[in-house]
Amino acid sequence: MTTPRRPDPGKRLALLVLIGPFTLLLLGVFVVPVVVTIYLSFFSTVYEGTGFGTARTAFVGLRNFVMAVGDPEFLSGLGVIGIYAAIFIPLALGLGLALALLLDSGLAWARQISQTVLFLPHAVPGIIAALIWLYLYTPGLSPVLRALGGADIELRVLGDPLLLPGIVNISLWSAVGYNMVIFYAALKAVPDELLEAAAIDGAGRIRTALTVKVPLIRGAVVTIGMFAVIGALQLFTEPMLLSQASPAVGTRFTPNMYVFDAAFTRNNYGLAAASALVLLVVCCLLSYAVVRLTNRGARR
Amino acid sequence: MTAATLDRSASRTRPPTPVRRRRTGPVGGRPHWSSRAVVNVLVLLAVLYCLGPLLWLLMASTKNAEALFASNLFSTEGFALLGNIRQLVTEADGVYLRWYANSLLYAFVGAAVAALLSVAAGYVFDKFAFRGKRALFALVLVSVMVPPTVLALPMYLVASTLGVVDSIWAILIPVLFNPFGVYLARIFSQGYVPDAVVEAARVDGASHLRTFSSIGLRLMAPGYVTIFLFQLTAIWNNFMLPLVMLSDTDLYPLSLGLYTWNSQATITPLYYQLTIIGSLLALVPLVVAFLFLQRFWRSGLTAGSVKS
Repeated sequence: MTTPRRPDPGKRLALLVLIGPFTLLLLGVFVVPVVVTIYLSFFSTVYEGTGFGTARTAFVGLRNFVMAVGDPEFLSGLGVIGIYAAIFIPLALGLGLALALLLDSGLAWARQISQTVLFLPHAVPGIIAALIWLYLYTPGLSPVLRALGGADIELRVLGDPLLLPGIVNISLWSAVGYNMVIFYAALKAVPDELLEAAAIDGAGRIRTALTVKVPLIRGAVVTIGMFAVIGALQLFTEPMLLSQASPAVGTRFTPNMYVFDAAFTRNNYGLAAASALVLLVVCCLLSYAVVRLTNRGARR
Repeated sequence: MTAATLDRSASRTRPPTPVRRRRTGPVGGRPHWSSRAVVNVLVLLAVLYCLGPLLWLLMASTKNAEALFASNLFSTEGFALLGNIRQLVTEADGVYLRWYANSLLYAFVGAAVAALLSVAAGYVFDKFAFRGKRALFALVLVSVMVPPTVLALPMYLVASTLGVVDSIWAILIPVLFNPFGVYLARIFSQGYVPDAVVEAARVDGASHLRTFSSIGLRLMAPGYVTIFLFQLTAIWNNFMLPLVMLSDTDLYPLSLGLYTWNSQATITPLYYQLTIIGSLLALVPLVVAFLFLQRFWRSGLTAGSVKS
């Protein structure tokens, strides 16, 4: 139906009405901002003469990029999300997959309601999830810390070294159920015949799960893994909130917070744009690496 | 289009992937009671982990300030739910209700329009051929991958050039853009709207637009609801965009309002109470939407991730 036999004036109108508004938004909310970011990243405010001369915006080439990449605070932010991702991604995928396999094993009771409850945290807005956990980490407020205190264990989640695991926990709480639902749906599409064949070959439940089911839903695992990488690099809401309560979380704790701080606290638009672009490039490279690595694993 | 076909399509919320129900698996013979116990204990632990923090929020919301910091969580001493709510809605001349209304406005209006635009665009990507279609769709996919936070500063600058910073338009316009919704809508259009039906309508003399509005849109209704829900959640959760765009507290959505209250809590502990009860009530629309429209969430999740 896609090729009209004769010129079709109605089609132009239809295209205009149906996809015109979206295209405008794509331009205004995505393309133009991206172009503006690239443009800004090559400019900086320079001062004529010595001291407080007249400010002027000038083309500075790659200087903003050099500044961002050379800034220890930006690099330490990258380090923070590196560690965060190294803890978060394996746990988010592993726990989501484990729960999906448990629910798919045929041994779990109340599967429907368990799924609903496990998915529930995902319906909680990120800022509220962070608020709840912040209070559960706050001495005096938290019943968990109080109970531990009763057993003479003092846990300081809002300072090193538990701070990052504490942030990972907030993200995990929101992500595990979501991942589980997707993996579970993928598992449902695994053909029965394969599982029966595995059973006939004498494979036990755990063996079948690990050697038959998991490889078959690799596509879903890779997709979720990629989203997890992108999500990890964007860490912002949770540390922003924790920074209100913990001196261990500075205003440039993660690269995203660094960008925000550069743009709206320091008003250094060039640096903000350049560091955002560096982050974007890292993001693309890592997603590409995730896809490549998992594909190579498949060929072997 | 008969009523029967419409009904069938409406109840068919998941995209037509070959999904089969499997009851208890035949694998591995009769399970030993101990493996059954292990599986259920593990699932139960996960359920408790997911439910615990929400339960705490619920209990903490009923406590007065002293009980919040002192007493046993499950004791009824210091029960002050109504008092807390009264304090919440009267604080700063009812600013919380304002934030609530703002969130409802941004989320419901934004998601309704965004879902309509997404469904129309997805339908076009599926059913029409036009110059530059591949390039445009590639751009849509790229925009799904680019983190929104990268765009926050330039969006602010564009908005400030247009003079809409610190107005509802600074929130309402960006949230209409939902590339992932377009991607989903294209899948839904392929699944729900048979080419033959569209062709038949065209042969009967219906215009393209009329075919979309009376056939495409109707058949894609479940897909519309799914995309609406996703966008509703995304807007309700949105934190960075309002943080960047708004400075007038009267325009704040709940996320930003609760964030500012929390920042005052370390100085004035009264705000702990307000933030806790405020968070609980802010969850209600999403949790209700989620519980009652679960199948739509599920179909969107699986269509978006498994089929790709």
